[in-house]
Amino acid sequence: MIKLEKVNKWYGDYHALNDVTGSVAKGEVVVVCGPSGSGKSTMIRTLNRLEEIQKGDIQISGKSIYGPGVDINKLRASIGFVFQQFNLFPHYSVRDNITLSARKVGGMSVAQANALAEDLLNKVGLSHKIDAMPANLSGGQQQRVAIARALAQRPPLILFDEPTSALDPEMVGEVLAVMKQLASEGMTMVVVTHEMGFARDVADRIWFMDAGEILEDTTPQEFFTAPRHPRSRKFLEDILQRSVV
Amino acid sequence: MIELIQKYGVMLLVGSWPHGQIGGLAATLILAFLGLALAFPIAILLGFARISHFKVLRGVVAGWVVILRGIPLIMLIFWAYFVVPLITGMSVSVFVTCLVAIILYESAFLAEIVRAGLQGLPRGQMEAARASGLSYWQSMRYVILPQALVNMIPSLVNQFVSTIKATSIVYIIGMEELTFAAQQINSIELTNALQTYLILAGIYFIVCLALSYAARLLEARIQKRRAGLA
Repeated sequence: MIKLEKVNKWYGDYHALNDVTGSVAKGEVVVVCGPSGSGKSTMIRTLNRLEEIQKGDIQISGKSIYGPGVDINKLRASIGFVFQQFNLFPHYSVRDNITLSARKVGGMSVAQANALAEDLLNKVGLSHKIDAMPANLSGGQQQRVAIARALAQRPPLILFDEPTSALDPEMVGEVLAVMKQLASEGMTMVVVTHEMGFARDVADRIWFMDAGEILEDTTPQEFFTAPRHPRSRKFLEDILQRSVV
Repeated sequence: MIELIQKYGVMLLVGSWPHGQIGGLAATLILAFLGLALAFPIAILLGFARISHFKVLRGVVAGWVVILRGIPLIMLIFWAYFVVPLITGMSVSVFVTCLVAIILYESAFLAEIVRAGLQGLPRGQMEAARASGLSYWQSMRYVILPQALVNMIPSLVNQFVSTIKATSIVYIIGMEELTFAAQQINSIELTNALQTYLILAGIYFIVCLALSYAARLLEARIQKRRAGLA
């Protein structure tokens, strides 16, 4: 479904992504972890071209997203993206947040789109909030609406960029539960997160990134019990220490 | 002073209307409002151009804005007064001359308000819109502009206030508005210059104060709505 081939990106002199190579199969859940500044967010943002790359190639469903004649809007409509800061549209109701892309890009009728919104809100457990404005929702609720909004594009693939990092601790669980459910339904997901519990329980594979490189591409079991790279060992130690304190 | 107001109040408010041309405060407000209203669509285009990806377009519009903001309004009025008839070959009314000058002048100021409004939104809004497959212009239309326009309202009212004051110099080319009316009164009365101009200042002050107050109320309401309280 996703294939990265020697992807390189620079911000000026700073080498943000260094020969990143990897692939995600259909239905797979890949959790990307690593210390901050390791290039995780940059990497996931290149997958729908929110960030451009300077070298290498990225293929989605067998087609290069940098190929000639690629319709960038069509490509993005086929990929769900969930942001750290939710980024709901504050001037629209929950319903309109969810249906906007379906109506304007997918060409869905208002009635169809509204039915879809009801359906998806049900799925994320917020059907009673359909007419609410985003400002009246808690962070966890906003993020669940954002997930419903991504689902409304009916994408075969959803990207999550630190979906729980901006949430109060007591709201992390409700968002992870929705993501877990999606994973169990066979959605292809790439998730940048620090939630190691989620990684252990849900991920099919873990990518450990540091300094713009993928240092480990392995199963959760191996990653958590026998990390090969010294930097992933240190990362896990730091994380464990923090959760104990 | 009360006597002056009693005698010339109507003239200050509406000029010689309804027997003659509309003037006084009414003409001032009409000129300022029409000037801004017609400059605004231009300013929106200029604002978009200011944040465009095309360097040349950005440069040209930046030049336009810097030049217009860097010269006094009266220069534009003079030029419009002498140049517009030269170019069009028609004699243009004083009102149209002033309106053209004010539209040009205000387009530059409003363009900066529009640019700030567009750029003032969190980056995540544009990113979320684009990530959902909306094109650049769809994102602007459905996500960025509706929010930016609301955010611009207080600045726009403030610009209206400063435009009302700025129009006072158009009396120089004989446009019948508030300052022109005061000028007329002064030449009729001859001995009451101080009082006449005090009244003039008072009228500008009251109108602008009321508008500034309205702007503040609006701003408070927008803040409240954004916090999800209204």
